[in-house]
Amino acid sequence: MSTMSETHTKMARFETAGAIDCDVHPPTPRRADLIPYLDDYWQEIVTSREVDVLELMGYPERTRPYMRPDWTWSGDPLAQMQKNLLDPLGLEGAILNVVSGAHALFDPYLAAAICRATNDWLADKWLSRDRRLRASMLVPFQNVEAAVEEIERRAEDKRFVQVLTLAMTELPLGRRTYWPIYEAAEKHGLPIGIHAGSNFRHAPSHSGFHSFLIEDHVVQPQGFSTQVASLISEGVFVKYPKLKAVMIESGVTWMPALMWRMSKDWRGTRIEVPWVKDAPADIIRRHIRMTSQPFDGPDDVEDVAKTLDHLLSDDMLLFSSDYPHWHFEGLDVLPEGLPEAKVNKILRDNVLATYPRFGG
Amino acid sequence: METPVLERGQEKAQTQGVVDCDVHPAFSRPDQLLDYLPERWKTHVRDFAVRTANPLLGTLPYPRMTPGNGMRRDSWPPNGGPPASDLAFLQQQLLDQCNIDYGILQPLAAGSVAFNQELGAALCAALNDWQIDKFAGPEPRLKASICVPQEDARESVAEIDRRVTDRRFVQIAMPPRTLEPCGRRRYWPIYEAAEHYGLPIGLHTSAFGYRPNTPSGWSSFYLEEHYAASNSLQTVLSSMILEGVFEQFPKLKIVLVEGGFSWLPSLVWRLDREWKRMRDEVPHVKRKPSEYVRENFWYTTQPIEEPENNRHLLDILRWIGTGRLMFSTDYPHWDFDDPRFAFKVPLTQAERSAIFRDNAVDLFGLK
Amino acid sequence: MSTAENPTREKRPPARHVVARVDEIASGASRLVHVEGRDIAIFNVAGEFMAIANRCPHEGADLCKGKLLSLFESDEPGVVRMSRRGELVRCPWHGWEFDLRSGKSWCDPARTRVKSYDVAVEHGARLVEGTYRAEVFKISVDDDYLVLEL
Repeated sequence: MSTMSETHTKMARFETAGAIDCDVHPPTPRRADLIPYLDDYWQEIVTSREVDVLELMGYPERTRPYMRPDWTWSGDPLAQMQKNLLDPLGLEGAILNVVSGAHALFDPYLAAAICRATNDWLADKWLSRDRRLRASMLVPFQNVEAAVEEIERRAEDKRFVQVLTLAMTELPLGRRTYWPIYEAAEKHGLPIGIHAGSNFRHAPSHSGFHSFLIEDHVVQPQGFSTQVASLISEGVFVKYPKLKAVMIESGVTWMPALMWRMSKDWRGTRIEVPWVKDAPADIIRRHIRMTSQPFDGPDDVEDVAKTLDHLLSDDMLLFSSDYPHWHFEGLDVLPEGLPEAKVNKILRDNVLATYPRFGG
Repeated sequence: METPVLERGQEKAQTQGVVDCDVHPAFSRPDQLLDYLPERWKTHVRDFAVRTANPLLGTLPYPRMTPGNGMRRDSWPPNGGPPASDLAFLQQQLLDQCNIDYGILQPLAAGSVAFNQELGAALCAALNDWQIDKFAGPEPRLKASICVPQEDARESVAEIDRRVTDRRFVQIAMPPRTLEPCGRRRYWPIYEAAEHYGLPIGLHTSAFGYRPNTPSGWSSFYLEEHYAASNSLQTVLSSMILEGVFEQFPKLKIVLVEGGFSWLPSLVWRLDREWKRMRDEVPHVKRKPSEYVRENFWYTTQPIEEPENNRHLLDILRWIGTGRLMFSTDYPHWDFDDPRFAFKVPLTQAERSAIFRDNAVDLFGLK
Repeated sequence: MSTAENPTREKRPPARHVVARVDEIASGASRLVHVEGRDIAIFNVAGEFMAIANRCPHEGADLCKGKLLSLFESDEPGVVRMSRRGELVRCPWHGWEFDLRSGKSWCDPARTRVKSYDVAVEHGARLVEGTYRAEVFKISVDDDYLVLEL
């Protein structure tokens, strides 16, 4: 474990000025934060019925692994973020992802109200206070009509660049039930951000819930990979050819095994899903992106380059810090072993190509 | 067109016998297993069926791509019966034609996952009798697996105790989609017995289970299901390690069957990375997860992944090492791997021997 | 990759082999023949005969034991159209579809953007690099006989 002084002083190996960070976390808003953005009815509901702390059990952001020891949210979390991340790295932009328990609520109207209030809070308390900031909007996947309404409502505000959901959801994300959300998202140039976490509608594994949080973390790629498989198999990218999906906080190196396995299987199962006209690996390269932290990589830096070679694409990786989680020391924000030739694309070009709304 | 020959060694594999770590024997008629049940259970099954978490009785909820619920089209025995039900045809089409010296049986019948646990125990015993009677008895090249009703650990241990002296059984078979994650204490008596007897436990991907096949519910298509199956084996690995099974049973040997293996390096890197920052949550896990992976796990190769640039498979082999991979065909299923052509990358003679034979011979104590 | 014609050398005329009687292969059925050291699968597709190298370029299965099927295509999830009735064969093992007219795997990676380095099983049972493709042969009906050109 590093000492505090090592943590402070480790500089970035690469020049990050002008980079865009695709995964930064403000603290999930609590009732007090959301009240100003809720109407009288919802204020009554959340107050009397104790709708307050909306963290996900499947993403417990106030537990120790979710905050690097030298960082904190106390005081003004935005000021902390500026001091710890935005300023020293010289970032041009950062995308805020609120991995909220709104995804887990059962009441479809409450979920819609919380999502809307969260987006209002993001716009007011974050986006307006720092021009570098962008955000993923929360929409209630449990209430598709309201989700589409929310997308339409936010569409004009170009600071919202993505629609957020989780790696482990109520239905596999490719399902037709969700297609109106994708139609609206595609129309407005919004990728679907699939972020690590579960709303516990289902256990994270084939065999139920795990004993330990570390196990929940370890199995996240099972969620990501099956979401990608669902989006492809159901033909979401056939129906919405301009849509992209971003795997956020996924670990990255699980991807080639999915590409290989699914492409091989597809050749024998094609008649089951004849709308899947291209090899899944090709569809993935066109439509799927991944943020860089955390990175499940080998110790040998030459082997890190090989894991990226397996993707057969330089377009897929998007820079992220996953602030404030502890994935790096000091400002050394890129995973160890990233080949220098690929870094600029990762820091900026791939990001701008994925998020067309970034320019404004 | 330039056609550089990749590997003439394919022919060499033919002279050295192969060990096939995944062969699926079949019943010659649907009710054949009843012959091996006591009367009480014969009647029960006739009256009430064998009930499992499969929502359908009959058709698979994710129908396969070929008849027989996913068999090779050329594997139907000429004298009738389903694929792999006729020993003579299996000997010819699999053992002789593919130069197989030993085949490890994995019966995929419902004993281990029957809702009625007493029935499940009886079915497992029947499956074990049937394997010996029809396959491993008459054909010494075929080795059997002790099927156990894993949700009832005591009964499982009793069945293991009953079979262990019969050397035609070389492993214990348990499905990976257990009611709780495999590492949980309720299954530890089984691991204790396995370690005590030096028997590996082979966990073969299952066609159905208690929980959805993805963490987001049930997928729509077999294309998705086929991929998701290997996820269940990943959970076996992480659960056993993180619950401390190998601290408790350091000599336990686990075989992950029919999940391929290209996912393994990434999972191991992830386990190590997470353990470094979260080890205080699991103080009973005293060593880096990758160390347990190196010591306690084996993998069968089928369905072998085929990267677009097939040389990438060499990276995977280097990261895993070739000491734990064991060739398998999955005969008679459609996604069968032929020992001559499944590996489309050059292997050294030593690697070839290890994967196609020696690793399995050592693990299962064959000859 | 094409072979340029050498105008100074006469092309060897294709050898014609009588391989079967027309009535030996029923509609929808197949037959395996051995010609000049090669195994060739002949299919009767509703009265039209098509011939393809028997060995699947993927892992060497017998295409003569495969099932004929039509081409199923879709541009819209859930909406499937059929064409090329019975003109494709599915390998009996992994189910890959081969177009009996061109020999190409329907999921031929050459159709995808990224260059692929697939490895195929050649008829001599070697592994070679190249896209998956089964060789097709010219076959015609002469009276009551099927004639294969090699």
